[in-house]
Formats: sequence, C-alpha cells, structure tokens
Amino acid sequence: MSDTPNVVTGDLEAPTTEAPAEAESTSSETADRKREVHDMWVAGTEEPAWMRSYTDEGAQEILAAEDESAPELTRGTVVEDDFIFDDVADDDELQILNMGPQHPSTHGVLRLHLELDGETIRRVKPIIGYLHTGMEKTAETLTYMQGSTNVTRMDYLSPMHMELAFSLAVESLLGVEIPERGQAIRVLLTELNRVSSHLVWCATQGTDLGAVSMLIFGLRDREYILQFFEKVTGLRMNHNFIRPGGVAADLPDGWEEDIEAILQKVPQGVSEYEELFNGNPIFRDRTMGVGVITPEECKALGVSGPIARASGINWDLRKAFPYSGIDKYDFDVPVGKHGDVWDRYLVRMEEIKQSLGIVKQVLETIPGGDYRTTDRKVTPPPRKRIDESMEALIHHFKLFTSGFKVPAGESYAAVESPRGELGMYVVSDGREKPWRLHARTPSFNHVQALPTMMTDSLVADIVATIASADPVLGDVDR
Amino acid sequence: MAHRSGPSGFLLTTYDAAINWTRTRSMWAATFGLACCAIEMMATGAAHNDLARFGMEVFRASPRQADLMIVAGRVSQKMAPVLRQVYDQMSEPKWVISMGACASTGGMFNNYALVQGVDEVVPVDVYVPGCPPGPQSLIHGILTLQDKVMSGEIVR
Ligand code: SF4
Repeated sequence: MSDTPNVVTGDLEAPTTEAPAEAESTSSETADRKREVHDMWVAGTEEPAWMRSYTDEGAQEILAAEDESAPELTRGTVVEDDFIFDDVADDDELQILNMGPQHPSTHGVLRLHLELDGETIRRVKPIIGYLHTGMEKTAETLTYMQGSTNVTRMDYLSPMHMELAFSLAVESLLGVEIPERGQAIRVLLTELNRVSSHLVWCATQGTDLGAVSMLIFGLRDREYILQFFEKVTGLRMNHNFIRPGGVAADLPDGWEEDIEAILQKVPQGVSEYEELFNGNPIFRDRTMGVGVITPEECKALGVSGPIARASGINWDLRKAFPYSGIDKYDFDVPVGKHGDVWDRYLVRMEEIKQSLGIVKQVLETIPGGDYRTTDRKVTPPPRKRIDESMEALIHHFKLFTSGFKVPAGESYAAVESPRGELGMYVVSDGREKPWRLHARTPSFNHVQALPTMMTDSLVADIVATIASADPVLGDVDR
Repeated sequence: MAHRSGPSGFLLTTYDAAINWTRTRSMWAATFGLACCAIEMMATGAAHNDLARFGMEVFRASPRQADLMIVAGRVSQKMAPVLRQVYDQMSEPKWVISMGACASTGGMFNNYALVQGVDEVVPVDVYVPGCPPGPQSLIHGILTLQDKVMSGEIVR
C-alpha cells in the first residue's frame, strides 16, 4: 500500500504518477483538501461537476479519511511477514490447489495453480490456453471483408471494440477516410458496448463476492443495450457491424428514442448498484486493500485500462491517441489511487457514467451524411445502384467474391476497450487476405498480472481479484 | 394412463411417466460456460428471460449435482479432456445440450485448435443452432429436451 501514490496529476502527455514522498511535501491547503475529497480524481479537470454533485452517495465521500486511517490489517489481506519463497526448504509444506478450468468464478476457463501456506497464497501460476481458438490463424484465411466476423468473437463482451480496432488497422493501410456520420456511429456503438461490458463486470463481481442478485441486476440493464444492438446490427453479440470502410448500415428509424430510453434506464440501475455496494460493509471489507497492484507493476506487466487507472496511471487511449473522432466529445477519465479492487469498482462505475455522457453527446450532435466511405473498391454500392449500373454490379460482385486488395505494409491500431488497450497488428502482402494478424489483447496482460495482485494475500481474495481484473478468456487465448 | 389395459403395462407406463416428469421439472444444469455462448446462457438465466419458469434456474458448479450439461461455446483441443471428465463425473441420468455453432460443428473456426463438434467427445441430445443462439433459442432447445425426455425418446 505504501507505494501507491496519493495524488495523480491530470497531465495526459506524460502519464506519470507522483511518488508518495513528493505528494506529501505539497502541503498547501488546496492540496490537502484535494487529497481528502478527491480520492478518485478525474483527470484534466480541477473539480469536476459530477464529483461536486455527489453529496450523499458519492464515491469520494466513501473513500475519504476514514479509509486512510483504517488499519490495513483489518481490511483482511495484508500479511505481516513478507514471504520470501526461498525460505521454504521443503516444498511439501505448501499445499497445492488447482482452481479451474471448470470453475464458476474463473470467468470462463482460466486455470490457476495455487501454492498455499495455510490460508495465505504464496505462489500463483495462471495456466491459459483452454479456449485457444486459433483465431489469428483463421484470420489469414479470411478476406478483409470477412475479417471482422472473426475478430469480433475474440473478446465477446466488447465485440464492437474488436471490430473497430481491426477496421482502423485495415483502413490505415487502405488510406480511406470515414465520413463523420460513420465515425459518430462507431463512437456511439463502442461507448454503449463499454457500458454493457462494465455491467457484466458488475454482475460477475457481485456474484463472486456472494451478492448473487447483482447477476440479475447487471444482466437486466445490459439487456436494454443488447436490444438496441439487436435492432441496429441484427445480432445481440458478435455483430460484425463495424467493418473496414465504415459501418454495415445506417442506424434504424427511431434509434433516438431507444437511446433516450437507455440513457434513462441504465443510470437508474447504476445508482441502484451504488446504493447496494457503496455502504455495504461486506463488499467494502472484501474489496478494500485487496488485489493491490502498484503503478510501477502495472507498467512493467503491460496492464492497461481500468486496472491501471485504478492504481493511479492516468492513461486512456481515447485521450492519448484519439480514434474515430472521439476527441470531439467531452468526457473525463476517472483515476483511482490505491490500485485495489475497490478503486477498480469506483473507476468502472464512473466510466459507465462518462460513456453514457458520450452517448448523449453523440445523440445530440450526430451529423448527417454517409455512414461509410464512398470508395466502391472498399464498400459495396447501395442496393438500388446495382439494378441501374453495370459498374456497381461489378463492384458488388468483386467485393463479395474475392474482396478488396490492401496495399502491402503493416499497421497497428489500438482502441481503449472496456478492459484496456486493445490493438490489432495487420501485415498485408498486397492480397485480399492478411498475411498475418496479431491481436494485442488487454486480458492477456491482466492475467499475467494476477500473480502480482494475489501473492501473499488470502485464499478468500482470489475470486475478488480475478473478478476485478475482468479477464475475458476469449480475449486471452484467442 | 388410465386407458392402458394390461396390469403390467399399466404399472410400467405410469411409473416411467411420473419419473420422466420429475426429471424434466428439476433438470439442473452444470455451468460449462466456455465462450461467447456462455454469456447468452447467463442472460437466459437472468431477469428478462428467466429460466426459472422451467424449473431450471439452478446452475450447479459441481458436476455431481447436475443433470444437464449445456456446452456453451467453442471446445478447444486442450479443453476436450476436461469436458469429458466433467461429463463422466455427472451422475446418471444426464443429458447434454450443445449450444451454438462452435459446440455443434466447430462453427466458423475450421482449424487446428478446435474440436469440430462436441459430439466427438460426449453424446449430445439436443443441438441449438446460432452464433450465439439467443436466449429464446436456448429455451427452445431446453424445452425440446424436456419433450424428448417426457416422450421417452431418450431413455437413460
Ligand atoms: S457459436 Fe458463436 S457465439 Fe457461440 S462460442 Fe462459437 S463463436 Fe461464440
């Protein structure tokens, strides 16, 4: 705990964290006040409105002073002796426990090999590969048009982000420009997807800690978003809707009302969860100070997304490397400071609200025009044109039989998925199919960070930590 | 039941029908969520679709307490032995639903990594098509299985 920073600056260009010593030395009155009130501090703003408006149930009040003074031992997981593994002469003294791959709390098929010393975890080895689907290999046999069908099935909780990353990588090789409306639709769908993914996280985190009704609540609110997705894309999951060149179709009639309904229902649900969680002593005891990871460890292990932000790294690709015109919208990046499960909960809850804010802005500002590029070498012509124009017919036929060729080269595009930095690396040799596709998936790095979070904590904290890392095994194994 | 004539036939059919009825009304599923389909399986159990209407909301983590295995998702070569072991640990009578294109046929992933259909590993009673099958499809699959058990088509 002592390595975690107290204050995080809002400087996006240099996503560094201040060392605790420096933070302590800035003892001006304002700094002190900030530390008291802003345990979770949104980057880039002095004192954001959402924080001020929260007077009774707000995150900042819950985390204030009281937790600072709480003895860490009462939080349950701080082990007094700092164990050095070599000390154990005899391996027989450690109990070996296998967890998974078929276990309800490992979020799919993660397997953990645990070495326990009584109640204390001394060593953790994640074993992956139980969902290895060979998707990167399959991608080499699919054309760029078909490619998003494949990648969308990697991280099945955020299919839109997978498609977007793939499309951005291919588009940067093609050099096509996406019209404003297409970009706005992309932002709308990905941000809604972030909300739905965080809702599933909420559901599973609650269930894993024994609050089984959270499973019902979280999935209930997610269903509103899935219904919207089904209306737009035709599928509830694995949409294949964002494609190289734009999106597959325009938004359906009446989408504005649907979004308004979502903007009304989901925040209601979220405030319900906060009511259930924030003051809940069991939830607080089981999450505060549990599964701690420091900013330095995050950087060393490639951890990104809400986990890194919860430990105080002010890093969000939407701000650092904006894509699809997301920089046009006004939103804040929540940053925690303890790097424990509780801070991850706060960060994700705030991200839901910020994403809904972006959705609202898209609803208000969405421009008219085309939803995909008019470059007919990349996107098919409108159905009507096929009856009228021979050229359109040929384009249509070529696109759906052999696909389009992509100039030789390589590109990497990354988006901020609900889990963290999600990147697609595409190598083209000038044909219709990628020569190589590699996905840099956030969950992979987060599973790699699990031993760091868990070592020397208690057995009971395993599920809380896994759930807070929110790994999607399809994302890990691909 | 009452119009059955022979005394032996009378006894046997009623007994079977009663047993089958109880079996279909308390069919507890083992959680065997693997991939995308598992999320839809969770959604089926949750508020909007409410699997509890069919007496099946109890998903058991332990295979010993489960009657039905819903294989939800793609089965990799590495997972196949685990799947078989979990199936073997389930006590009779037991049924298997293969949920989704991947579990049924390998789906769109015809490659080195996936088992091309879970029926290569365990016997499957009902296949649910779709990628992923929506909650309604899964419920239809479950009802089909209940019908099959009721009608005595599947004898265990
Ligand atoms: S059938 Fe489709 S949804 Fe189901 S596991 Fe396979 S790819 Fe995922």
